[in-house]
Amino acid sequence: MTARWAIRIASILVAAGLWQVLTATDAVLWLRFDRLPTLDEIAAEAVRRLATPLYALDLAQSLIRILTGFGLATVAGIAAGIALGRSARTRDVLLPLLEALRPIPAIALVPVAILLFPTDEQGIVFITFVAAFFPITVSTRHAVRALPTLWEEAVKTLGGRRGHVLRHVVLPGILPGVFGGLSVGMGVSWICVISAEMISGEFGVGYRTWQSYTLVDYPAVIVGMLTIGLLGWLTSAAVELAGRRVTRWLPRAERRTA
Amino acid sequence: MTTLAPPGQARAGLGFTLEGLSLGYGGRAVVREIDLHVVPGEVLVVVGASGSGKSTLLRALAGLLRPDGGSVHADGAEIAGPSAERAMIFQDDGLLPWRTVRRNIELPLRIRKVGRRERAAAARAWIERVGLAGNEDRLPRELSGGMRQRVQLARALVAAPRAVLMDEPFGALDAQTRAQMQRVLLDVLRDTRATVVFVTHDVDEALLLADRVAVLGGQGLRALLDVRDPGDRAGRDVPHLGGHDIDDRAGLRERILKEL
Repeated sequence: MTARWAIRIASILVAAGLWQVLTATDAVLWLRFDRLPTLDEIAAEAVRRLATPLYALDLAQSLIRILTGFGLATVAGIAAGIALGRSARTRDVLLPLLEALRPIPAIALVPVAILLFPTDEQGIVFITFVAAFFPITVSTRHAVRALPTLWEEAVKTLGGRRGHVLRHVVLPGILPGVFGGLSVGMGVSWICVISAEMISGEFGVGYRTWQSYTLVDYPAVIVGMLTIGLLGWLTSAAVELAGRRVTRWLPRAERRTA
Repeated sequence: MTTLAPPGQARAGLGFTLEGLSLGYGGRAVVREIDLHVVPGEVLVVVGASGSGKSTLLRALAGLLRPDGGSVHADGAEIAGPSAERAMIFQDDGLLPWRTVRRNIELPLRIRKVGRRERAAAARAWIERVGLAGNEDRLPRELSGGMRQRVQLARALVAAPRAVLMDEPFGALDAQTRAQMQRVLLDVLRDTRATVVFVTHDVDEALLLADRVAVLGGQGLRALLDVRDPGDRAGRDVPHLGGHDIDDRAGLRERILKEL
């Protein structure tokens, strides 16, 4: 175990070392590393940034946006997925519409979002919502359809009605599949929230990163990128952890892929 | 309004009347024109080769399958869908895998909005009854096949249904576990007046459990045989059978095998 951790840490150190060598020597090997900041410049910038209230504000702003959009998408996506999976009527009404909208990347909705919503803030949340909504809906729908009918029949012969089936069979039974969609959804949500912030916004990690670029403050750009990476990793880990907690009942082999 | 069943307390069994009953899936007939009366409180074992429609028949009694023709009545009322009065025990995997033993057994009571304390007490009594004490907090995947069927048995009976429909419940178990489970079942049935319809392809199991045996084959009812008096549930225990009974059993066994 310790040997594997040593390898993992070494891998990161080697990558960082390579960066340092290439940037410190201003290497130009077709790719031009001479314009990128060195590790010490980035570290100094990070220390300076982290101390400012603006950094915390940006961080909070991005997190609020993503959690609102993603949270709404989770509720709406699971509800829509269940309705699509269980009701032929809902499929007839909603599916053509959803299938037509699904291929449009959420980020392409920026113009519409700007026109549609009174504030940029709401537009960004909307785009984040749309981004996460589709993967969550699709994975929920598939999970509903893959549910063995046996469990539903068992609950019905114990006196359960539609509500009981939904609550005691469908919702718990689809969780392993839903969490697959939540993981994907969280990933695309970050892509969209950062992109949307870069296009329109007054705060946020994405906005700050792009602003630093236009101000030719390259170390700050890298600090922004690292911040985004860290946030993405933390939120994905949170989804993963929650998923593992609620699907402890799965047999071991299935649990790993869930 | 709610009726809890501490082991030992019983409600009258449900009687089923099947008239000209035809069943099938998507237009493909499985059984045709069956007439049968299931007496309240009896243990009727349905035997037949695979594909003879035993499970299909059971699903109709449970209300999980609509008849293609004819009718099924439970105590005079046409069966329109599943009901808590008719609990079903499945061959395997009928348990909800995310619920522990205790929470699986409490489920029918939860559905009936029975209070937490009452639920826990009833579940505890049944866990004890089917020999699962100490396993309350285990998940189905942590149990053996026999233990899972004990949980299903307790879950089906905890809310005192008036009929228990069992679909080859011991079919997937090894011989020793199966014999054990048959003893557990006999023990539990001694205290209930619920009607039991039990499906199996094992003739010996049928003779061990049945008051009457129905033989299915050729899309219909081949034979209906009396095995023992339904009032005599205590006598349904192999070691206590006298020599005379054993002769009877051999005769019955042969008749059933012939019908199959």
